[in-house]
Amino acid sequence: MPEKRKMVTIDGNEAAAYVAHKTNEVCAIYPITPSSNMGEWADAWSTQGRKNIWGTIPSVIEMQSEGGASGAVHGALQTGALTTTFTASQGLLLMIPNMYKIAGELTSTVFHVSARTIATHALSIFGDHSDVMATRQTGFAMLAAASVQEVMDFALIAQAATLKSRLPFIHFFDGFRTSHEVMKIEQLSEADIRSMIDDDLVIAHRNRALTPNEPVLRGTAQNPDVFFQARETVNPYYSATPDIVQETMDEFGRLTGRQYHLFDYVGSPTAERVIVLMASGCEAVHNTVEYLNQFGENVGVLKVRLYRPFSMTHLLAAFPKTVKTIAVLDRTKEPGAPGEPLYQDITTALSEARGKADFPFEDMPMIVGGRYGLSSKEFTPAMIKGIYDELKSESPKNHFTIGIKDDVTHTSLTYDPAFTLADDKVFRGIFFGLGSDGTVGANKNSIKIIGEGTENYAQGYFVYDSKKSGSTTISHLRFGEDPIKSPYLIDRANFVACHQFELLNTFDILKYAIPGSTFLLNTPYAKDDIWSKLPRNVQKQIVEKKLKFYAINAIEVARKTGMGVRINTIMQTCFFALSGILPKDESIRMIKKYIEKTYGKKGDLVVQKNYDAVDQSLAHLFEVDVPDLVTGVDVKFGVVPDMAPEFVKNVTAQIIAGLGDDLPVSSLPNDGTFPTATTQWEKRNISSEIPVWNPDICIQCNKCAFACPHAVIRMKVYDGVLLDQAPETFKSTRARGKEWSPEDVYTLQVAPEDCTGCAICVDVCPVKDKSNVSLKAINMREQIPLRETERANWNYFLEIPEVNRDKVAHNTVKGSQLLRPLFEFSGACAGCGETPYVKLATQLFGDRMIVANATGCSSIYGGNLPTTPWAKDETGRGPAWSNSLFEDNAEFGLGFRLTIDKHTEYARELLTRLKGDLDPELVEKILGADQSDEPGVFEQRQRVEKLNELLAGMTSSAAKQLLSVSENLVRKSVWIMGGDGWAYDIGYGGLDHVLASGRDVNVLVLDTGVYSNTGGQASKATPLGAVAKFAASGKELNKKDLGMMAMSYGGVYVAQIAMGASDAQTVKAFIEAESFNGPSLIIAYSHCIAHGFNMEKGMEQQKAAAESGNWLLYRYDPRRRAEHKNPLILDSKRPKISVKDYAYNETRFNMLSKYMPDRARDLMQKADKATRENYEYYQSLAAIKFDKEE
Amino acid sequence: MNRLKTKYLGFELDSPLVPSASPLSRDVDTVKRLEDAGAPAIVMYSLFEEEIHHEDAELEHYLTNGSHSYAEAMSYFPEPVETLEGAEKYITQIQLLKKAVEIPVIASLNGVSVSGWMQYAKKIEDAGADALELNVYYIPTDQSMSGTDVKNLYVECLQEVKKHCRIPVAMKISPYFSALPSFAKRLQDEGADGLVMFNRFYQPDIDLEKLEVSTRINLSTSDHIRLPLRWIAVLRGQLQLSLGASSGVHTAKDVLKLTMAGADVTMMATALLQNGPKHLKKIRKKLIEWMDENEYESLEQMRGSMSMQNVSDMGAFMRGNYIKMLREFKVHA
Repeated sequence: MPEKRKMVTIDGNEAAAYVAHKTNEVCAIYPITPSSNMGEWADAWSTQGRKNIWGTIPSVIEMQSEGGASGAVHGALQTGALTTTFTASQGLLLMIPNMYKIAGELTSTVFHVSARTIATHALSIFGDHSDVMATRQTGFAMLAAASVQEVMDFALIAQAATLKSRLPFIHFFDGFRTSHEVMKIEQLSEADIRSMIDDDLVIAHRNRALTPNEPVLRGTAQNPDVFFQARETVNPYYSATPDIVQETMDEFGRLTGRQYHLFDYVGSPTAERVIVLMASGCEAVHNTVEYLNQFGENVGVLKVRLYRPFSMTHLLAAFPKTVKTIAVLDRTKEPGAPGEPLYQDITTALSEARGKADFPFEDMPMIVGGRYGLSSKEFTPAMIKGIYDELKSESPKNHFTIGIKDDVTHTSLTYDPAFTLADDKVFRGIFFGLGSDGTVGANKNSIKIIGEGTENYAQGYFVYDSKKSGSTTISHLRFGEDPIKSPYLIDRANFVACHQFELLNTFDILKYAIPGSTFLLNTPYAKDDIWSKLPRNVQKQIVEKKLKFYAINAIEVARKTGMGVRINTIMQTCFFALSGILPKDESIRMIKKYIEKTYGKKGDLVVQKNYDAVDQSLAHLFEVDVPDLVTGVDVKFGVVPDMAPEFVKNVTAQIIAGLGDDLPVSSLPNDGTFPTATTQWEKRNISSEIPVWNPDICIQCNKCAFACPHAVIRMKVYDGVLLDQAPETFKSTRARGKEWSPEDVYTLQVAPEDCTGCAICVDVCPVKDKSNVSLKAINMREQIPLRETERANWNYFLEIPEVNRDKVAHNTVKGSQLLRPLFEFSGACAGCGETPYVKLATQLFGDRMIVANATGCSSIYGGNLPTTPWAKDETGRGPAWSNSLFEDNAEFGLGFRLTIDKHTEYARELLTRLKGDLDPELVEKILGADQSDEPGVFEQRQRVEKLNELLAGMTSSAAKQLLSVSENLVRKSVWIMGGDGWAYDIGYGGLDHVLASGRDVNVLVLDTGVYSNTGGQASKATPLGAVAKFAASGKELNKKDLGMMAMSYGGVYVAQIAMGASDAQTVKAFIEAESFNGPSLIIAYSHCIAHGFNMEKGMEQQKAAAESGNWLLYRYDPRRRAEHKNPLILDSKRPKISVKDYAYNETRFNMLSKYMPDRARDLMQKADKATRENYEYYQSLAAIKFDKEE
Repeated sequence: MNRLKTKYLGFELDSPLVPSASPLSRDVDTVKRLEDAGAPAIVMYSLFEEEIHHEDAELEHYLTNGSHSYAEAMSYFPEPVETLEGAEKYITQIQLLKKAVEIPVIASLNGVSVSGWMQYAKKIEDAGADALELNVYYIPTDQSMSGTDVKNLYVECLQEVKKHCRIPVAMKISPYFSALPSFAKRLQDEGADGLVMFNRFYQPDIDLEKLEVSTRINLSTSDHIRLPLRWIAVLRGQLQLSLGASSGVHTAKDVLKLTMAGADVTMMATALLQNGPKHLKKIRKKLIEWMDENEYESLEQMRGSMSMQNVSDMGAFMRGNYIKMLREFKVHA
């Protein structure tokens, strides 16, 4: 009888990391969603001193890329350490070259992979098998886990088997669906792990290591004479591995009671229809099969565990003999192939076996293949039943898709979406909240409470939207007496909670509620007013479904107990009280226990505050009397204005409304090309407060607009006559500045429904009301009372003509902000420090910009559906944008330049050739045009338009050729943008090469000093002393001086800027960089949520960074060299505050002083010294005289 | 015979020259140097209520801000490696100081509300502190709050602390009480073992350039002893609890004056911050010289000799001198 083990409630990533950390000596990793957490767990455990089964702490290192990680893994393996890595998607692809080597050298290791979609027409962070399938040819063995329990189990089985077989393993499981699903599972004990790992094999692994004591050569170059034969030497290992894995599974089964097979069959022993698949989908099919067979169906499922080496013998033995039709499901797409990989393998296996002794079937079954679940598309019992139904037909559709509507090539199967499994024994709760209110964190705790505090099994899965500000979260929680095999979202809930009243207007929340279920609402309204405030569809469903309706004013309780906006603990307490999963007192005891666990390290009083919130919650929870009367107003979800383009109305609006799953194939672009300027149609209304302008005291400096991360503050100067038609509350004042006439007026207008409420604008406003210094020329006021009037004002403002660009000084802060931004209303964090720079670039050069954007925060807030902030001007021009990869962005952008330069050259050649057929004077002007500034570009554009008119009337081939490339005669501005993770780490090699190319590209590095998008991992831009993931006890070394490295070329324009420290220097740097006919690099200090401070003070903090000398402002312009001037201008003055005075405003620095004060002090002293020395160094360089040569 | 000895909070001290709450006590070596220079006891830097409440809450806020909001970033910081030090660090520092020095270590709690933070009094006692200075730094700005309410708040804080610990407790108070002697008596009745006068409120200033209120720290000068001097003189003889003077003590003369007014200890911070621990030796030397010169046997002999009770012109501490001073004031041409 297997011993009773500890039950834990964890997600798939933690389960994999748990075993990996116990069974390895070295982990070399690089963060990538959704695998990052595995590396973070390993790092955290090592930092805490947790040991592996041999009693030593594994060494964890973060590399500069997955390519680097795999190289380090390869090296560590070659020198004998038990070594692992964690990755996904493009990260796994970057490891492929090393994977061939590792496999070719018969090296034992396990790579744990949370399988994620490979970027094709679009990037997706979600799960499918396109990444792991791209490695099936490397020689790695591949083991697929279908659930969190299996992840823990297979991590160990893979580790044991790799040592026995000498084949390296990929242990994979579905990204997000399994990696992020929280489940109650049985944790393997240290003794279990110990008993599965054979130390003799570990020592054998070490004995194969490279050592000068017994020198060997490994990694030779071989010639045609022997390479082939040598390649065939490994065959016996591949032949032996399936049996080794099965033996290991058997041993594991004896130990734990969980018996796995290379292919596990579940279902009727006489099944005629069988589905074959891998990973989490197996659980869904397993569940559905058991349900369907209860109702007389005769179906089964074959779960593929060991995909490589593929054992035909084991496969054939696993099928029931009665099978007539097989559907092989692949969670990947291989366009152009005869079928997807698993389908092809199964087909091959059965074809090869046909006619042989071990062929189990009387007749060859019909095999069809299908695709499902790409990018974590839901895979539900309804879809599964649809497949089984299809298999009943005479000629089931082959190469089908399931879960989508393909109205183009008609691959999709139809199914009844209303079909569900009766799961009444399972508690199913769904919770709608905001990211900022802590709903997900609380629900994760609830699952742990139930999982660990009761006999129940528990599952939690969390859905996030793609915005970083005002994001909504939906939590799906299941609890039940039996293990839960439902890797899909809840569509019929018996508990629905809405943690934010406004979300009732965003989602049809109660469509998930089954009749008689419980509805819990957080509402700001009093008991008697609640009903009248509910939207009609909510009232209707409460009445019709006879819901038990409870409410609480959680915000009030949170305020009273000092919890601020975090209502998580309060709503959690209400949930436990209403669900009755635990007795009331027991649930409160458990909630408090978990509060202690969660917040214990953060101080007694934080714990106490949460305790108070728990105690206060139940007193404020009440049941709402439901009248029969439905009185409210209906809301329509995801509505965009009529004036929006058709695509936005038909497609984008559906995605906004959460109905993207219903869009058919034909509605989507076939090459990933989407229209820009679409955020303007997505009015999110996420801020409770917006800025309000006081024209009476405003000095029209435009600093507020300059700093605004979301481009919601705009200003225009226009003829006062236009005010005649303006709405009553529309504000204006006389325009200041000698460039304007007395009739000209100035308006500062806020986009009320796009503001995120960060209040940076108020912080940077230099004007104080002389009668009340707490007021500025712009102040935050409640949004709801202003929404309607300001919406009208905003719309009127948009109708006012844009400012004549020739009339304003582009090189000033004030002037630049009168130019229309072509980057607006992004989903970046409220108060983002990156977006103001991006916006500024579009104001100055947007009409001629082409942008290569590295993967990261900027590609997400810039390019994640449903909408994009990249916009167009009144002529329809604007930045063209693309994201290639994370690692190749500089090269990608250089490619833009190469085309433009080539086509410019070709156009000039053709123009010269055709001069006689065209207007020679026009041709001369075009060829000789000075386009060094915007008026020059504008004039050239008009000339080229004229040229195009002439060319359109010509029929020669040369004329047609010229017409196709003539746009390149107008200067284009190539921008290469990305974060420090790209520029300092993964993309540095490419960036360096591009800077050395001498080509005219502009590189903007949005430097937050940390991997912001993946959650705060250290990069080489992380400053000394800062805490980050993989630098938990503070970064030991200086930040890399990227600017200095670029300056060493001498021919690169380099600027280091921080707009909060000097907005004037920032504008200057952008204009100089863009006008420099060669490579330019702007390194922009970008404050970030990952710094842990009040983002409203972002610009002040930038100033402090510069004043401390920790962030130097400078410009290096190679053009000055030709003027016999020093190219380097140090714009920073001598540091006037200490690094500590700047740094300790931020949690990333000051947290160390709370937890490890001595080390914090040492690091700060080091940082101070380094900063002082660096200033002296730069000052000396800037002081060098570059006299005329004699 | 030790001519400088005194008694404070029940402790026999070698001198009244006690370093008051300041950053000096953050460093164990500095405290050792102070002891070597003759400090008879040390008042530690304050553990602030805000330090316990606000900073922890702020840290927690920023460590979790933005977490669980976005699929790619479940959090932005690593889980803290160690447990938060904050208040715990203070407790550790008491232990370190107790190990390092022989002199009494007086801990200092600074706050204004009766709530969870008071439980630290117990932890402080358990850590080995010899006494506790309770610094109630409260500025009443609410018009609905009466003088009695303010006094009650002090008393409640004292009661709460006394509930948690048995070591002597000195109250450090502000000078702004309408009837200080009666209030001081009340504190004595509620169990205060000593009274430290006074807290110096940091006076706000206005930055005319930035239109901001600036809060710079004004270091004390010898002029500042006059306020405690008056009230120590008034209270000496009326109350039994220990009296500590803690504003503006820079020189031997300041010590002599305050002792004559009735102070049991004369605490200093600014002078030590400016001149270092050795300053204590200098003052000691000067004290002895002055006593020799003026034929005083000991400080004890002069303690309270010029308190209100012992001064023939009692008006000097009351209204009389005020009129006299105004009459004699000459306006410069």
